[in-house]
Parts: sequence; C-alpha cells; structure tokens
Amino acid sequence: MDHAFLGRALILLSIVFAASGAVVGYAGGRRRTEAAHQWTKRLAYSFGGALILANVVMIKALLAHDFAVSYVAQVGSRSTPTHITIVSLWSSLEGSILFWGAVLGIFTVAFVWKEADKHRDMAPYSIATILTIGTFFGFLIAGPANPFLDTPLPIPQDGPGPNPLLQNHILMIVHPPFLYAGYVGMTIPFAMGVAALLRGRLGAGWMRPIRTWMLLPWGFLTAGIVLGGWWAYEVLGWGGYWAWDPVENASFLPWLTASAFLHAAMLQERRGILKGWTLILLLATFCLTILGTFMTRSGVFNSVHSFTQSPIGPTFLVFLAIVMVACTILVAARMHLLTPEGEVRSPVSREAMFVMNNMLFVFFTFLVLVGTVFPLLAEAVRDVKISVGEPYFNRLGVPIAIAIVFLMGIGPALPWGKATDKEALKVLTVPMSVGFSTAILGAIFGVTQPLPALTLFVSGFAGFVALRDMAAPVLVRHNRGGVAWGTAISEAFWRGRRRYGGQIVHLGVAIMAVGIALSSSYQKVAEGVLDAGQTMMVGDYTLRFDGTRQETHPHRRSTIATMTVQKGGKTVGILEPRMNHYRMQMNPIGTPAVRSSFTEDLYLSVMTIDPNGSYVGMRAFVNPAIYWIWIASGIMLLGCIIAAAPSLLFARAPLPAGAAGARA
Amino acid sequence: MTDSMKAFFVVAVLIAGGALAYLSFGGIGENLVYYWTPSELVEHGDVAQGAVIRLGGQVEAGSLKWDKEANDLRFNVTDGTTVVPVHGTGVPPQMFREGIGVVVEGTMAGATFESDRLLVKHDNEYQAPEGEADMEELQKSLQPES
Repeated sequence: MDHAFLGRALILLSIVFAASGAVVGYAGGRRRTEAAHQWTKRLAYSFGGALILANVVMIKALLAHDFAVSYVAQVGSRSTPTHITIVSLWSSLEGSILFWGAVLGIFTVAFVWKEADKHRDMAPYSIATILTIGTFFGFLIAGPANPFLDTPLPIPQDGPGPNPLLQNHILMIVHPPFLYAGYVGMTIPFAMGVAALLRGRLGAGWMRPIRTWMLLPWGFLTAGIVLGGWWAYEVLGWGGYWAWDPVENASFLPWLTASAFLHAAMLQERRGILKGWTLILLLATFCLTILGTFMTRSGVFNSVHSFTQSPIGPTFLVFLAIVMVACTILVAARMHLLTPEGEVRSPVSREAMFVMNNMLFVFFTFLVLVGTVFPLLAEAVRDVKISVGEPYFNRLGVPIAIAIVFLMGIGPALPWGKATDKEALKVLTVPMSVGFSTAILGAIFGVTQPLPALTLFVSGFAGFVALRDMAAPVLVRHNRGGVAWGTAISEAFWRGRRRYGGQIVHLGVAIMAVGIALSSSYQKVAEGVLDAGQTMMVGDYTLRFDGTRQETHPHRRSTIATMTVQKGGKTVGILEPRMNHYRMQMNPIGTPAVRSSFTEDLYLSVMTIDPNGSYVGMRAFVNPAIYWIWIASGIMLLGCIIAAAPSLLFARAPLPAGAAGARA
Repeated sequence: MTDSMKAFFVVAVLIAGGALAYLSFGGIGENLVYYWTPSELVEHGDVAQGAVIRLGGQVEAGSLKWDKEANDLRFNVTDGTTVVPVHGTGVPPQMFREGIGVVVEGTMAGATFESDRLLVKHDNEYQAPEGEADMEELQKSLQPES
C-alpha cells in the first residue's frame, strides 16, 4: 500500500471537510436550520476522522519501515525498538505537526459529540471556528510541513532513527503529547468564546461548559510543563528544572492567562460580571498558544526544546496576526452586547479578591511576555543578539507569585458580596496563625531567608484555607445534621465536586510553592575533579569516586562513574552518573544520577570523564524539597480531574440558580 | 459598583500597572545577556566590565592550561582577529579541547574574561539530528551566532 499517497489524500480530505464545515457552520449559525446543524456536525466528525486516520497511516508506515515516506526516511530506523518507533511520530517537526492534527481531531470529535446537541444556538459557530483553525492546520500539514512526501529515489534501505535523546528518558516521550494536548485543547474554549461573541450573548449556561473545556487543556498544560521540568531535571544535568528559557516561557504564558480565565469564569458564572474581560482572557490564551507554537517551531529562539530553522515560522506569525485582528474586531463590535448582571460591591469580598487575582495573573503574563519577546524585537530592530537573564524574571515574578498564593488563601476565606471587618477578621485569624506557625517551623529548620520564609507563610495560610474549605461542609453535615462521617464526606464531596476539585488544586499549588522556594533558595553545589579513591563533599554528603565501567548498547556506549555516597560516616548508597556516547552524534551526553527523598535530592552529574577511567569531573547538588514539586503537580492534576470530569462524563441538567448560590 | 469603588479600582490598577511596566522595562536593561564575539567584546570596552556576556569563539591552539588539582582553567578564545584570555574555576565539559568552538558565559574583569559557565558548541561537519533538543543546548539555551 502506498502510505505516502494515502496520507496526502487524507490530509487533503481533512482540508475539504474543515473548510466546507466552517462555511456551513457559520451559515447555519445565522439561519439556525436543522439541516445546517446536522451537516456541520457530520463535516466536523469527518474532519477529525480524516486527521486521526492520517496519523494511523503514518504509524503504520513507521512500523512497516516504509522509507518511501519522507518522514519515515527522516526519523525511522530498523534498529529502533518498536515503542520508540511509534513515538517518533512526534520526534521531529513534520510529524509533530501531524500529531498536532490528530489531537485537534480528537478534541473536535469529543466536543461535537458532547456539546453540539446540548447547545444548539452556540454549537454551529463554535464548530465553524474550530474548523477554520483546522483548515489552517490542514494547509500547514499539506504544505510547508508535509510528512507524507515521496522520498527521492533511490529509496534508502534504512534510516538514521529518531533523536537519541528520545531514548534517553521516558519523560522525553510523554511530555510533548501533554503539551500538545494542552495547546491544541485551548482551541475548543477559544471557539466557544468566539461563538459567544458572534451571538452577542454570554450567560452562565454557556460559561459553564467553556470553563470545563478550558479545565481539560489547562490540566494537560500543567502536566506538560511539570513533566518538561522534570525531564530537564532528570536528564540535562545542570541540577535545576526551570531556566526561564523562551520555550519554557512559551508554555507558561497561556497557562497564566488560562488560570486567570478559570477564576474570572467563576466570577462571571456566579455574579454575571466581567464578561468582556473573561472573554478577552480566553481569546488571549489562544493567541498565546499560537505565539508559543511560533516560538517553539520556527527556530527564532535557540533553545533547549526548539526545532531547527523551518519555513513554518512565518506562516504561524501570519496566522497569529490574522487571529489577533479578527479577535480585536469581534471584541470591538460585540462587547457592548455583553451587559453585566451584577457588580462588585466591596473591596473586602471574594469578588474583589478574584479581580486582584486576575490582575496579578495578567501582570505576570505581561512580565514574562516582555522578557521573552524583547530579545526578538531587539534583534529585529537593532540587530543585536541578546537574551534576558533569569534575575529579570525572578525579581518580579517571585513576589507576584507569592502574592497570588496569598490571595489564594484570602479569596476563598471571604464571603461573596461584602464582608464586615469583624467577619473578615474572624475567617482570617486562624489561617493567618497557621501561616505564621509554618514560617516559624521553617525558621527552626533553618529557612530564614525572607522570600522563602514569606512563601512558607503564604503557603501555610492558603493551604489551611483550602483544607478548611474542604472540611467545613463535612463538619456541618456531621455535627449539625447528625450524619455519619462516611456519609457526610461522600455527600459533601458529591455535592461540591467542583469546589473540592478547585481546593485540591489550591492545596497542590501551596505545596508546589514551598518546593520551588526551598529548592531554589537552599540548593548546595560542589564541583571537583576526582581520581579513583578521592572524595568530595556536598552538603552533609561525602562522595567517593570508585572508578568507571563501560556499558555497550546497539545505539549507545556509556561510561559509568561509580560514586559511593556517605553521610555521617555511613555508606547510604551508590550513585552511577554516566556519560553516553550515541552512535549518530559526536558529542557525548551526560545522564545525571539522582537520589531522591522527601527532604532532599542528591544529584550527581558527570562533567567530564577520562576515557581510561582514571579521573572524573563531577558536579554535585543537594536540592531540598524538590520531590514535593512533582507530588504537588500530581495533586493539582487530581483536583483538575475532580473538577472537570463530572461535567465531561455525566450529562447533567444545569443547577437552578438557588442551588448554585447555596453551594457557593 | 459604586463610583468611588470604581475610582479606587481604576487608580489601583493604574498604579500597579505603571509600577510593573516601569520595573519590568527598567529591569530588562540590567539583566540583559549579550552574545558577543571576542572582537565585539573588545569593541564594547568598559561596557563589558561586569555585564553578563556569552562569548562565542574558538579555543586558541596552545593556550589551554588546566590545573586539575586546583580546579583552575585558563585558555584563550579567538575569532581569528581578536584573542581574549579566559579564566574559570569549573570542570570543563567532556569535549572541551583546543580548536573547538565554545560559548563562555561570564564577564570581563580587567583584561581577563571570568567564566561562570562553559559550553562546547556544535561541530559543523556533524549535522545535529532534528528533534526536541540538541546536545549542547541541553544544558542551556546557547548559540550566539548561527
């Protein structure tokens, strides 16, 4: 079977489906005929199906080592293990854009299946917008990033295989799909927001599903960002997980605006205010994902993660410009239709805290955006090569982040509407004391620098508020209602899943803040060159170099240093950092060895190693509390799933207004 | 929202936004990292003293001195016309040797470039495979000139 031809045909079909579906959808949105509704749905399903099938064809071609397909010739190799062959689908530019299409296809099908018939007034416009974006991606796959080209003759018998780094660590394989799902998933809430603007109407009945469809990619993006950091930590050997690298920033920017949106959406849903603002956040989030894709895929940044120079950069820039112009026109033309239904009555209220939270998120976005884009502008305008150093981001970003965590405690503690000073004092006293106790406890263990101490305070404070908010409904049911503990817990949980989800996310954020603050402020580093038998110290650890050994695999040869780790005179373990020489690459890549525990990580990285094993240049780190960052991200994901899953899995009638208020 | 509340919010946003804009644009100037060749470095004279610089060039043949015991590293970086002496205390990366392309991050202190971080650059005859990451760039974003 001719994989290349079949693939190309499916991509062209997907363009036809997307373009015609977009036209039918916009027309159907105006005329609201049943036939248009049904045809929009059919074309959307066909579009998604064609893209998913195109990916299946590519995987088949990869597995069959059909080197007549250009992409297979580029990344395939007969010596690569099967699971690596499958994931090499997204190991290079063309494949990753094709995979991107599959993710968009899956999201499209899921959205149409779930929401199209429930929201007949909004669905055609939403689907039409998704398909418009789909048309762009279709052209991208068919044109500048086509993976299904015919390999020029003669067809090779074997290929180079994917980047060996893919095989270096499992996280390298799993983190891109999460990021893609996060990025691509933002298309759905964006399209829903555009539909609201086109209709000139935005009520709680439509905001609720938008929020749910935003939670999903937000969760993926959170996971993708953390997994990316974790990968960097486990593989790159510089002892850290985040460097304000432009590509890291590219994924962080939409995360910030999406987080702001998730909060603004609640305000909009509960109080009917800030509709325009909420929609702008939604549109901005999508624009930032496009900007992020441009930065990652175009090679304008020389970065850890970016692909090499490619022609798709300008295409993305043009697309971004079109999207931004369209959004601006749409907002300008329709915003006056979105009349607020309520107001913020007092600065001492949950509403006001939400507003401040949103301001901080937007400031943070602005800060990171300026720092990320500035070097590009400087190069374009003045032709100088510069980058913005980490201190720029940390100096302002850290205080903003601490303030956000602090608000995360104040907001949920205060009631909606207006709190008197006495009420505010009453709800805040205990959490504040918990915050102080956390900081004091930290000081006893040596956390005395101002910013980490402040972080401990706000995290203890906000973490306690989250826990109390989760415990309160259970306690009320048990103590006043006389319900048994088990029943009280399950009742409270099932009635307030979204609230529980949200507070679990908050708890995760509080823990993560502590992990980030401690690991970045109290890292210990030591560097040294050791002959066999020599030792070096890092923190409380003594490291002894016991020699090297070689390990040979088909794709790589490793020189492994054996390091005996001692603490307080006792041997606590052996760590084996290594230097890998890959078959296809000249320069070796070190793989650090990490000994993790809940309190601290010992992290050893080989800088240089003598081929005969006589000496090793070693860099050693002690990173306190870093493990909690990964645990915290798991807690955040759990919360996200709890908040999003019920609305996605079970069809439910919207709650009456009274019930929604009571649950707030 | 009452008028006074509105005014309060508007003023608060303006002050906070203004402060942030000032701080972020002001902060950028102090935290720039310059990508210079040895010639550009010398051209900038005193500006280079204390500034964070990524110096790109080749390790001059015959200039490399590494005292393994004292962890003291000295070499010259050249772009063919200008030579800059570099001093560092770290362990050099595996591929580091004379004649190889390097990127040194650090600053000028007097007539010597003090290195905080040393990275070996791609060798052009070997084409780096496409993929999520390239090797030297693993450690950090680097590559001052393409």
